Amino acid sequence: MSEPVVEAKGLTKRYGAALAVNDVTFTVDAGEIFGLLGPNGAGKTTTILMLLGLSDISAGQVRLLGHDPMREPLAVKRRVGYLPDSVGFYDYLTAADNLHYTARLMGIAAETRGEKIAAALSRVGLSEVANKKVATFSHGMRQRLGLAEIVMKDARVAILDEPTNGLDPQASVELLELIRSLKASGVSILLSSHLLDRVQSVCDRVALFNAGRIVLMGTVGELGRQVLGGGFAVEVEADGGTDLAKRLLALPGVRGVGEPAPGRFRMTCDRDLRAEAAGAVVTAGGRLKQLSLDQPSLETIYTRYFQNAREARHAA
Amino acid sequence: MRREGSPWQGLGVVTLKELSDHLSSARMRVLEWLVVLTALAAVYGAIQQIRDVTAEDPFLFLRLFTTAREPLPSFVAFLGFLVPLMAIGLGFDAVNGEHNRRTLSRILSQPIYRDALLFGKFLAGLSVIAISLVCLWLLVIGLGLIMLGVPPGGEEMARALIFLAVTIAYAGVWLALAMLFSVIFRSAATAALVTLGLWLFLSVIWPALAPAIAEAFVSPEHQATLVTTAQMLARLSPSTLFGECVLALLDPTTRTLGPVYLSQLQGAVMGAPLPLWDSIMVAWPQIVGMVAASILLFVGGYVAFQRQEVRA
Repeated sequence: MSEPVVEAKGLTKRYGAALAVNDVTFTVDAGEIFGLLGPNGAGKTTTILMLLGLSDISAGQVRLLGHDPMREPLAVKRRVGYLPDSVGFYDYLTAADNLHYTARLMGIAAETRGEKIAAALSRVGLSEVANKKVATFSHGMRQRLGLAEIVMKDARVAILDEPTNGLDPQASVELLELIRSLKASGVSILLSSHLLDRVQSVCDRVALFNAGRIVLMGTVGELGRQVLGGGFAVEVEADGGTDLAKRLLALPGVRGVGEPAPGRFRMTCDRDLRAEAAGAVVTAGGRLKQLSLDQPSLETIYTRYFQNAREARHAA
Repeated sequence: MRREGSPWQGLGVVTLKELSDHLSSARMRVLEWLVVLTALAAVYGAIQQIRDVTAEDPFLFLRLFTTAREPLPSFVAFLGFLVPLMAIGLGFDAVNGEHNRRTLSRILSQPIYRDALLFGKFLAGLSVIAISLVCLWLLVIGLGLIMLGVPPGGEEMARALIFLAVTIAYAGVWLALAMLFSVIFRSAATAALVTLGLWLFLSVIWPALAPAIAEAFVSPEHQATLVTTAQMLARLSPSTLFGECVLALLDPTTRTLGPVYLSQLQGAVMGAPLPLWDSIMVAWPQIVGMVAASILLFVGGYVAFQRQEVRA
């Protein structure tokens, strides 16, 4: 496998005595979407700024595409696209003129500039408003214009800070779709968000932040198994039948059965046991009303992790 | 440890963009009209006055700049007042404006150093002021030619040109100061108010305060020390420096800007003009002082900007 495109080792940021980022280590592999998730103020943005060389590193090491952002900032910034949290543009300039300015800063040759800008704008669906002033743009359009800048840059790595923050559901679905298409064209993506569930669908791997530390890291499935005990949760709703809970628990592969409401059972299992559960309900003489498989949600994983951590602290 | 790449990368791009922003901004329109109208009024007043009183003056043309007619101040007094206003108007939101528009981190994530952004903004601001001042200067000379009907001499033109350069340096001081505060204060309104406050203090209050402070520290028996101390203190203000430069350059009979000692008057013909070179020498410390002040203030802003966090 090729070397990782982003490599952070023991990354630490101190503001006076306060630790904003505390000994963070992670890697982003080529072609994957990596999510830095966690509540506001957990150190996600600070981590991103350190990756880009826009903020000093108190301790630790960073490599982006093999370059050190503190010593070779221009080499890093030439190849990495950055979409800041609620990105701003010059309101009195048109979308195309805004991109013209950054294109000149990037050093894109004058002959290819117009072409690249037009291509980038059409990719994000802003061709029709290319010559409108950015002042008239909605928040979602600005975010897309920010992505157009990254497309125009031909960046190999895109770092997106809270890309879906403040967007309505429709706009954020569109934006996530664009992010997926960026990945499809070979860009490695690092994105941060506090909206765990919304971005979980696009991320290959995630790191969950809390108070400046990475508390969990891996694919969503892995985290589910690690924290929730089982990877799958099957919900069964049935009427009648005898000893349904006991029968369900007796199925091989089931780790636990809860009954959150009468007639509703929640099974934690090692694999997808929907068929077996249905069989068990029917043989017990029950009427099966509903059967569903819950993907572990990051939100659940995250809350459960902290519940577990608190309980462990109390027990100790 | 050396940084990779040139700190000037992107400087031209930033300068051109800022220049075009300034030239097309409404703020610039207002400042231009303010400067042109008031300057025209001052020159008109000066010409009336010159026509009335001047008989034979070898430096008639320079009188255009320095003569006042009540109630209007002279052209140089106007400049001393308006140039800082213009420089502050162009510089007070240079950096915090980018912060507040949330464009700063996006621009700095492009392959340029912060140096290019700050210096580009300074250069653009100074160029805009220089362009306006050159236009204004040509306007005054042209009006003078038409209304006085006397062509200026070579030395007069040389003095007027140096005066133009000195005015641009004076603008540089205020522009650097305004940009320093635009780095320090996140709110553009605060930065503008603080810069304007400091300008009022330095131009109006400080020259009056300097003798009082000197009197508090120097005993009144040492008259010479008292005067030089007061003058040294007053020269901390760029407005004083500019005023003294103008005096030496545009009034060739100015022999010294400090107290006059008897030894300096030996063999001097009272009221005789100094040669151009000697006038420049008289104003030289003031000119160097203004250039040094703008460099110091710019460096201050630069250091503050380098250490600043870019996050909003």
